[in-house]
Amino acid sequence: MGSLILLALLVVVAGWLIGAYNGLVSLKNQTLNAFKQIDVQLKRRHDLIPNLVNAVKGAMDFEKSTLEAVIQARNQAVKVNAAGPEAIKQISQAENALSGALSRLMVVVEQYPQLKATQLQEELTCTENRIAFARQLYNDTATQYNTKQQQFPTNLVAGMAKAQSADLWELEDQAERAVPQVDLSTKPKA
Amino acid sequence: MTDEASLNLFQQQEANRRRTFWLMVGFVAFFAWLGFGGDYIYHLYTLDAPRRAYHHDFPWLGIGLSLVALALAWYAYKTGPDKVLWSTGAREVLDPQDPKETQLVNVVEEMAIAAGVPRPRIWIVDDPDPNAFATGTDPLHSHVAVTQGLLDLCTRDELQGVIAHELGHVKNLDVRLMTTLAALVGAVALMHDGATRMFRPGGGGGSRDEGRKAGPFVLALLVVWIVSWILAPIIAQLLALGVSRKREYLADAMSAQFTRNPLALASALQKIEGAEAPTTHIKRGAAHLCIADPLGRRLTNHEGLFADALATHPPMAKRIAILKGMGYAELKKEGGAIS
Repeated sequence: MGSLILLALLVVVAGWLIGAYNGLVSLKNQTLNAFKQIDVQLKRRHDLIPNLVNAVKGAMDFEKSTLEAVIQARNQAVKVNAAGPEAIKQISQAENALSGALSRLMVVVEQYPQLKATQLQEELTCTENRIAFARQLYNDTATQYNTKQQQFPTNLVAGMAKAQSADLWELEDQAERAVPQVDLSTKPKA
Repeated sequence: MTDEASLNLFQQQEANRRRTFWLMVGFVAFFAWLGFGGDYIYHLYTLDAPRRAYHHDFPWLGIGLSLVALALAWYAYKTGPDKVLWSTGAREVLDPQDPKETQLVNVVEEMAIAAGVPRPRIWIVDDPDPNAFATGTDPLHSHVAVTQGLLDLCTRDELQGVIAHELGHVKNLDVRLMTTLAALVGAVALMHDGATRMFRPGGGGGSRDEGRKAGPFVLALLVVWIVSWILAPIIAQLLALGVSRKREYLADAMSAQFTRNPLALASALQKIEGAEAPTTHIKRGAAHLCIADPLGRRLTNHEGLFADALATHPPMAKRIAILKGMGYAELKKEGGAIS
């Protein structure tokens, strides 16, 4: 009787071990995949910028500095990106700089009616959104993975599953961290 | 996404897989009952017939109907998405023609990234009433459809909220259950119409004026059997109603999780609520798939016994209130203010 109970207990523990281990491995791969998704979207942005610059160039020759900043930030980002996913801190720094340059460009574009008429703005918004959402998915998945491997009792198998806490994609740009200006006037939204 | 939410997602997917399976089993079992029940009644009816006359000994009807039901269930599961899309007359957006369509494609791609699912195929229903629905069997084979009215009425952010809601349905596999149900409801209605036509004007069924006495047991069985024939479409319809209401709250919450902007969906729902006209292109059979009841919004205005029994959707006011609650909580956390 005693050995039977022991056997049942062993089976339960083994079942839990397998479940916890597989859960961690699955989360780890999801996190890696989510990171790859950010990469895909960043590459897409890098490829898009030369076209974008060509489209804008003719219409705004006196805004050279804004355009130059975008090109420079893009080239910097491409260079850092080649280093691979280990350099997440540097990549996010370079990419955030590029985001900043692009958002300044967007403000400028809005002043040119002939540019506004094209799909330029939609294209830019979409590109930035894709990156933001890919980043959001990565951060959500990574947080879930980190929480799981730190929580008791899953943390007991964390070593076995070679789980390491994943870095989150953070905002490095001070401008982006600033409290946004909120318009409190009661005028209707456009 | 907290740990708990992801567990809920997994459970939700599992529950939807299970429910779809049992729905199909129930469908086949119901037809088996109709078939074998009929066989049994006919068997009892011909039991004391003269030696030379026909004796119904082999359950042809039961086997036949079960096989038909099995084939139908399989067919409904496989072609359900196509049938639903076909019934609404949707056209696929392959090559976006105008800025609105480009925006729709972009928004769907963004939300697919946020939800971590492959990009679904995109369809537009030419209807001026704002509405949207999702269909498919799993995230790899999924479709999102919006009406032209929704495209015209909503801002980019609102569209994003609506699409995220639909991708919520895709991600937790609601689409599989709801599409199969829609296809089966259609199949039941079709079978029922056919059978009614066959029964009525002295068709293939047994003629009752042979003067043979049927025992009370046979009579009772006959009554139950006929009643199930009549009730079949009603049961199917009630199933469709009951299955969809709770899911809307959950998909709203998932939309908020994907966009981090629950107020946009709230304002989209408000606009959809404000548009009075029913979505004429979307028929009763697919109503439970939509973000808002396409048949008009009278029933969904209040919660109560009557509305609970007949509405496919929860009260819009309550959904909007919940979304606004999420939005304010988020703003408060970030230390922002509401304009």
